[in-house]
Amino acid sequence: MDLFLDILWIVIKIVAIVLPLMLCVAYYTLAERKVISYMQVRIGPNRVGPKGSLQPIADAMKLMCKEIILPTSANKTLFLIAPMLSIGPALAAWAVFPFSEGVVLADINAGLLYLLALTSIGVYGVIIAGWASNSKYAFLSAVRLGAQVVAYEIAMGFSLVVVLIASGSLNLGEIVMAQQGNLGLFNWFWLPLFPIFIIYFVSGVAETNRAPFDVAEGESEIVAGFHVEYSGMTFAVFFLAEYANMILISALTAIMFLGGWLSPFHGIPILGAITDLIPGFIWLLLKTLVVAFLFLWFRATFPRYRYDQIMRLGWKIFIPITIVWIVVAGFAVVV
Amino acid sequence: MTFEKILFYVFATILVLSATMVITRRDPVHSALFLVLAFFTSAILWMLLEAEFLAIVLVLVYVGAVMVLFLFVVMMLDTDLAATRAGFVKMLPVGLVVAGAMAFEMFLVVGPRYFGLDKFAMPAPHPADYSNTEELGEVLYTVYMYPVEIASVILLVGIIAAIGLTLRKRPGNKSIDPAIQVKVTKGSDRIRVVKMASELKQEAK
Repeated sequence: MDLFLDILWIVIKIVAIVLPLMLCVAYYTLAERKVISYMQVRIGPNRVGPKGSLQPIADAMKLMCKEIILPTSANKTLFLIAPMLSIGPALAAWAVFPFSEGVVLADINAGLLYLLALTSIGVYGVIIAGWASNSKYAFLSAVRLGAQVVAYEIAMGFSLVVVLIASGSLNLGEIVMAQQGNLGLFNWFWLPLFPIFIIYFVSGVAETNRAPFDVAEGESEIVAGFHVEYSGMTFAVFFLAEYANMILISALTAIMFLGGWLSPFHGIPILGAITDLIPGFIWLLLKTLVVAFLFLWFRATFPRYRYDQIMRLGWKIFIPITIVWIVVAGFAVVV
Repeated sequence: MTFEKILFYVFATILVLSATMVITRRDPVHSALFLVLAFFTSAILWMLLEAEFLAIVLVLVYVGAVMVLFLFVVMMLDTDLAATRAGFVKMLPVGLVVAGAMAFEMFLVVGPRYFGLDKFAMPAPHPADYSNTEELGEVLYTVYMYPVEIASVILLVGIIAAIGLTLRKRPGNKSIDPAIQVKVTKGSDRIRVVKMASELKQEAK
């Protein structure tokens, strides 16, 4: 009975995390369309609801009502498993995410490793989708994305190793607490680990397959990428997974480098005391939103990278820099 | 039966079934995916042993990196399924003999007489602040310092050798040196201004 209650309690917590997350994802898509519209001097969606605010709900309803088309020569089981494989890790990663001090579903001491492992298996959904669709375009896209993700995962993993060295812990909560100090935002890891901060974020953009690294969806070359054969809800799940991953990377950047739930003015005489009253969750949310906005800004600003340049950036520039910084951070911690 | 025991039997069953599927499925891609499932469930079994570092690293390295590359290769191979099954009946007796010999050898090396509660004490659950990662790190970088370093150097040599064997400069390769590419100046290298006589007005006929 106790076991049953425990499990029920965990399920309630999971719903309390996943439901708001799904809402965030829905409104992130609207934010993307609006932000990019204004950057391009357009208005964007403004028909459904006041100022277009119900557009994501309408989109979701439309996608749910559409027919799921199974290509005749596709591998049916794998074709349907692929979207689930891509959204599963994107949601499971939130299990170790600390929303405020002590507010975390699973406070495990290997949280960082768990996150790395989960982000690395997200690529299966894409590869399997590309192969099971039995379409040349989908397969080409899967190959492109697979190679890209494997390359940037290494840079990402190494930059997290630097964070681990600097904070001395694999637990995300302790990583945030290691950034606390009397200089407020100058104590956070973005300043001492500045190159790693940039590399982590850029690798995150590449990992989530967003512009300017979105060659897997190069419309002009391979139509739409790995989900070209997907329709209705199966396509929507891929879409959800991509945006959930973007929010995850934004939130993780906020945790690892921007002090998580800490106030940026902590330690400043009067301002610090006042802003410390604001709950930490608000700060975390604000930081996450700022980073999430960068994703949209990038998409409106940068042209797509050429594929060989993507590979060069990942293997020949990012990985050597992170290796050098591991040594530097090691010396800095020991001395 | 405790909850852990139920979990163990569930995941052990999945592990054995998926391992069987790896060798019985005809499509190599399916085999590779069942191998992924097998890695995953064995990671869960390690997790039940409170070896969370090993469990997560198994997923990170084998599932997240090695099997992705493996799947790549398998997907791009144009395997002739009929050819792989040719001669199955003819080879079956030899295969059975080899399999039997290997099973017997494994029985001798890791047979039941090496296990049991009289050989190993019942593992006590660790306290909540126990960190498998820290314990492993401490042992690896103090007691087993030299083996770790030697193993990593051997791996590094392997990587360099693999790159050295596959790297070849093909003539006619159109790869561009980025250093030269960045150096171009927009004015003189890319645009050529040509002076030419202004067009004559066409005479009306």
